[in-house]
Amino acid sequence: MSIKLFRIDDRLIHGQVVVGWGQPLHVGFIVLVDDAVRASPVEQELYRMGVPPHIDVIFASLAEAVAQLPEWDADPRPGIVLAGDIATLAALTENCHRVTRINVGGIHARPGRSERLRFVFLSDAEVEQLQRLAARGVEVTAQDVPTARPVPLAEFT
Amino acid sequence: MSNPLRGVIVSHAAVAKALIAAVENITGVSDAFVPVSNDGCDRDALFRMLAEAVGEGPAVLFIDLPGGSCLTGAVSYARGRPELAVVTGVNLAMLLDFVFHRDLAPLAAAQRAAAAGSRAIRTPAA
Repeated sequence: MSIKLFRIDDRLIHGQVVVGWGQPLHVGFIVLVDDAVRASPVEQELYRMGVPPHIDVIFASLAEAVAQLPEWDADPRPGIVLAGDIATLAALTENCHRVTRINVGGIHARPGRSERLRFVFLSDAEVEQLQRLAARGVEVTAQDVPTARPVPLAEFT
Repeated sequence: MSNPLRGVIVSHAAVAKALIAAVENITGVSDAFVPVSNDGCDRDALFRMLAEAVGEGPAVLFIDLPGGSCLTGAVSYARGRPELAVVTGVNLAMLLDFVFHRDLAPLAAAQRAAAAGSRAIRTPAA
């Protein structure tokens, strides 16, 4: 399996993703699944700036990601698939049985959310979304960087 | 320009605060910079902190890394605002230069600071 990490992180492509995970996993590509960024060349350029030239960055809409995931998974290089919210990765898992593990890497404070971990804030509806993923057999853990302990879903919901 | 430029340092963790403390220690100037940390922030939260830090401007935003959430947030915030300019790769040398050139226009001050910061990066013989 080429995709080493399916991650939910509302900061999208940033240091923890590129350096924290990218270095130890030796990633060759990062897929950002985000309809808004997919539609904005300016935003794409900004996110590319933080990525070394040897790592390809692919910007995909959710529909494109559903269609192209098998192709990315067959890539010989290790890769990361990243989305900014639970709903996007949940939709991806519904359409692709290859997704068996999801990393909750960073969901920050907003009205309606409460703190579950230092880097995870969730509304009740978002908790239910994650629990539905787990009920379908997807392993959901929270872990901001590889050196931290992966926290099982039951411990933060 | 009536108001001197404000410097807003946008960083991970407490880098911004530490740099400001160093500038004050060296120059005695205590009102040139405002720190912003991305700790616990998504983009909306970072925008709110930037708005508060910038005030009415003009300002130069100094970002720690040339990529990542601090940069994407700052550039998005500054887009379409000519009273703001952005510099990445903040270091102490560029901040020390900036302190004494806050009468410049934002873009000119940013370019000058970037040049000063670049000149400070060397590999002297030990």
